[in-house]
Amino acid sequence: MSENQSQQVRTLVDEVYRTQSRQVLATLIRLLGDFDAAEEALHEAFAVAVEQWAREGVPANPRAWLVSTGRFKAIDGMRRRARFDASLPDLAHHLEITTDPVLDEGEDAVEDDRLRLIFTCCHPALSPESQVSMTLREVCGLTTDEIARAFLTKPTTIAQRIVRAKGKIRDARIPYEVPSETDFPDRLDAVLRVVYLVFNEGYSASSGDSLTRHDLSGEAIRLGRVLVGLLPEAEVLGLLALMLLQDSRRAARTSPTGDLILLEQQDRSLWNRDQIAEGTALVERALATRQVGPYTIQAVIAAVHADAPEAALTDWAQIVGLYDVLLQAESSPVVELNRAVAVAMRDGPLAGLALVDVILSRGDLTNYHLAHSARADLCRRLGRTVESKASYERALALTQQEPERRFLEGRLRELG
Amino acid sequence: MKYLCLVYVEEKILHALPSAQRQTISDESMAYCDRLQKLGQLVTASPLHPVDTATTVRVRDGKTSTIDGPFAETKEQLGGFLLLDVPDLNDAIRIAAQFPAARIGSVEVRPMKEQGCA
Repeated sequence: MSENQSQQVRTLVDEVYRTQSRQVLATLIRLLGDFDAAEEALHEAFAVAVEQWAREGVPANPRAWLVSTGRFKAIDGMRRRARFDASLPDLAHHLEITTDPVLDEGEDAVEDDRLRLIFTCCHPALSPESQVSMTLREVCGLTTDEIARAFLTKPTTIAQRIVRAKGKIRDARIPYEVPSETDFPDRLDAVLRVVYLVFNEGYSASSGDSLTRHDLSGEAIRLGRVLVGLLPEAEVLGLLALMLLQDSRRAARTSPTGDLILLEQQDRSLWNRDQIAEGTALVERALATRQVGPYTIQAVIAAVHADAPEAALTDWAQIVGLYDVLLQAESSPVVELNRAVAVAMRDGPLAGLALVDVILSRGDLTNYHLAHSARADLCRRLGRTVESKASYERALALTQQEPERRFLEGRLRELG
Repeated sequence: MKYLCLVYVEEKILHALPSAQRQTISDESMAYCDRLQKLGQLVTASPLHPVDTATTVRVRDGKTSTIDGPFAETKEQLGGFLLLDVPDLNDAIRIAAQFPAARIGSVEVRPMKEQGCA
């Protein structure tokens, strides 16, 4: 074999690793009943692939070949270790006779394994941070270093989190399964929450080097697409739509110097039209199911913004109505605040301010910087400079985000 | 009369012990349990997996919340226990959530180690 040919095989193996390794892993976890054993088997299978595919050609179904090779390697490894551990020969034998003939498994089985993996990583008996780390590591295939960089923590912290989560899955016996019908809605909520959390970590890039963190949004969107492929339920469609529509504004959200640009002032020609088209189509699919939930409603709101050729032409009456629906589906002070801002746009700043003050007086959002910057903006529009400055200063004291800080300082300077 | 004895150990101290000493404690415990059982004084006993593996289940307004970690509040006292034998954690959570106390208190679900002596 020439240098060139072996290079070609290596490129192909890399490509298969990139596109199929997570599916192979998901199936191996089911067959071997253990995350670590499955990961080891996955790497051994790819190591064999580099050698064997160069010699004997690429198999017709690389994924099935990798699963079968990985499983064989794992059983083989257990046999070898069995000489030192009396319980292992039984286990190796058990694996051989109980696992299905892998090569016969169709697409459905592969998809079920992916879902099993996603639901297990997002199991509510794992801490929220572990759910995120496990999903990014096991489902998306990010390295612990990559996850640590994205979340601005040490790789050892992420590694410990993953080790602990796997320990709990094993010792507390969290089953590797798609939840039963009764548990399904709650468990799906948990999965969607993890995906949206990952998206927002990247989208708001709340601190630090925003560039690497943006990758998280891309990862969340990729995950959203996988989920839509596996489970085209209303809220799954709604969440992907929401992420695409929010992400479509990425280029317009910050100036070349990294300063924040509000929706109102954004150059709408910079909005990503492909993402808007895809997001809008997904919103329509979600609405057609007639099982509308909070993600879909938020996506519809984002679609209304996307639909306005300029800020002044935004259909604020419709947005207020959608926030009313959202409040019914999921009442929260942050949603109320967003509704108040929309009311201000529809009926004028005075009407909005009255609502914001009611929310703030309840004390729910006392430490939420956006509540104070919203109040500051409404006072500014009303010409109440002293009040406006006080609220901007309050917001400034509360914000953790560098671009946000610069934005608020800019506003304060303008007010003199 | 039945008594439930709950064994409290600071895991850090236990894990810091040399493994030979841990083994001695474990062997001694097993032997002690065997003795008690022969005397008819022990119903069942088992070590638990570390508290890392705990899950706390509560039901409020008909909604089950499942939280990673042990029951941490001190204002509620241990009021009883159920020893379940089910295939996996999902079944244990489902049963725990249906126990009436889950609606007013919390149920901490702890996996037992397989090597119980009873």
